[in-house]
Amino acid sequence: MFSGLMMNTWIAATVVAVIAGVVGFFAVLRGSTFAAHAIPNGAFAGAAGADLLGLNALVGLAVFSLAGALGIAALSRRSRHDVATALTFVMMLGVGALFVGWSTEYAAEAYSLLFGEVFGVGTDQVLPIVALGIVAIAAIIVMFRPLMLSSAMPEVAEARGVSGPRMELGFLLVMALATSMTVPVVGALLMFSLMIGPAATARAVTARPMLAMSLSVAIALVTAWIGIVVSYRTNWPLGFFVGVIGAGFFLLGRGWAGVRRWLVVRAAVPA
Amino acid sequence: MIVSHLLRYVFEPGFFGSGEVQVAFAVGTVIAVTSAVVGVFTVTRGQSFAGHSLGDISTTGGSGAFLLGVSQFWGYLVLGAAAAAFMELIGVQRRRGRDVATGVVLGAGTGLAALFLYLDTQSSSTTGVSFTILFGSLFAVTGSTAPALIASALLALGTVLVLARVLMLTSLSPDIAAARGVPVRAVGVAYLMALAVSVALSSMIIGAILSTALLIGPAATALRVARGPVRTMAVAAGIGVAAIWIGILLAYDSYYWPPAGRGWPVSFFVVTLTVGGYLISYLRPGPRDDRSRAAEPESPAEEEQVCSPA
Repeated sequence: MFSGLMMNTWIAATVVAVIAGVVGFFAVLRGSTFAAHAIPNGAFAGAAGADLLGLNALVGLAVFSLAGALGIAALSRRSRHDVATALTFVMMLGVGALFVGWSTEYAAEAYSLLFGEVFGVGTDQVLPIVALGIVAIAAIIVMFRPLMLSSAMPEVAEARGVSGPRMELGFLLVMALATSMTVPVVGALLMFSLMIGPAATARAVTARPMLAMSLSVAIALVTAWIGIVVSYRTNWPLGFFVGVIGAGFFLLGRGWAGVRRWLVVRAAVPA
Repeated sequence: MIVSHLLRYVFEPGFFGSGEVQVAFAVGTVIAVTSAVVGVFTVTRGQSFAGHSLGDISTTGGSGAFLLGVSQFWGYLVLGAAAAAFMELIGVQRRRGRDVATGVVLGAGTGLAALFLYLDTQSSSTTGVSFTILFGSLFAVTGSTAPALIASALLALGTVLVLARVLMLTSLSPDIAAARGVPVRAVGVAYLMALAVSVALSSMIIGAILSTALLIGPAATALRVARGPVRTMAVAAGIGVAAIWIGILLAYDSYYWPPAGRGWPVSFFVVTLTVGGYLISYLRPGPRDDRSRAAEPESPAEEEQVCSPA
């Protein structure tokens, strides 16, 4: 399980889990979960386009995920956020369908982009993922305070001169960056599950931001690691285990929060 | 995919005489109308993400049904409804936690999809199956399932139309609705089920891409240009039907466009038409738009939706 090729899988999955834990925390905090779904899934259209032009799939993924981020941010200025996201997303997928319709042998590759090939990570793929992970985390650290403020208290942030739309754009660009390199490795669906499940669990358990973010990363790591072990043993797809374990953690977190609230109420009310 | 099916089956000589094509057109129109009308409330209630997710998850039901060897129709319907129930259970009705609840259910649903598709390919060793399931096919509809399908679409449409007034009230101001004795949560559940059924049907027939496009695009456009619920629903339905019909027509013409001989997919045209329509209404607010803004300040297109801190 820890042989040469599997080491690549472990490293890639660990880096991806850390990125997903951090980016997902802000996605959940900001209510941008739809964007977290739309950008990785829509980016696959870019890979189809790159394939058609004979370019590297990464170029297409990067171009389309950035275009998606810009599109969502631009439309959100004057429409509802969810409508802007939905329309940008379907437009990306529609263009993707066009590319797939034009090319002849794309179906199998599109499948692997949706579901990933985490057990086939090459050594040459590990380095870009690690580098990208560092860049994405660095970007989050640089914009940490204003991003946190505008996510948790948008009005206060505006009053202090933090531009909401600009933070939104910055955050979506980081998400696009994180997406473009993780999608070929873990797949768009898995990336989404890893971003949402752990972060939502952490938010349900604690309201303290730093603790919640650390917890989100920790849960994402545990989810990814357990998923790899079980998937390796059973040969069932990793995406299934990550999705189910993420939902399981969320239910546990919600249950725990409920029990704690009940205890607090009981302690507050004298018998 | 849709395009190859269309090119192979639809646009050959004798196209309008073919029974299969007539079924496809009838079903496509019903789906467009249902999606548009249901979509008006989806956009008003801010549930676009739930609408899209239910479509994605119901496709999981499609692959599960394929695995069990039962009719895909029931697979889509049952899993769509189950996902809606789960979303309701963990808090889709509250504005604050809505997106997160939707996301968690979607994450679990796509996980299941990965498993089902894996097992499907294990048993049949074709990736074509998964692709048809992901992108939908107008020709998954056979003559025998068409009546059941149209009946369920009409059921969803009827539910929404009957509830239209109450639904609009609970969507726009739940507090006033509750004060007037409207069972807000029950209405919400009924609506979510109608949404699940309508979206499950449309993703089975026209794929998850078009399902979301036809649910959100026409409704969002209509909410910007029309005033009053009835007119908004009518305009949305008109845009939806026009988009799918023109889309099919353009796909037919595109057979001779470059890169030659393959044709362009219907989904691309329909998506471009609906998004283009929205952008036109958005960039050029005509006099009608201004009037609706004055007369209907609660129209959601006017609301600046700020990301809510969860």
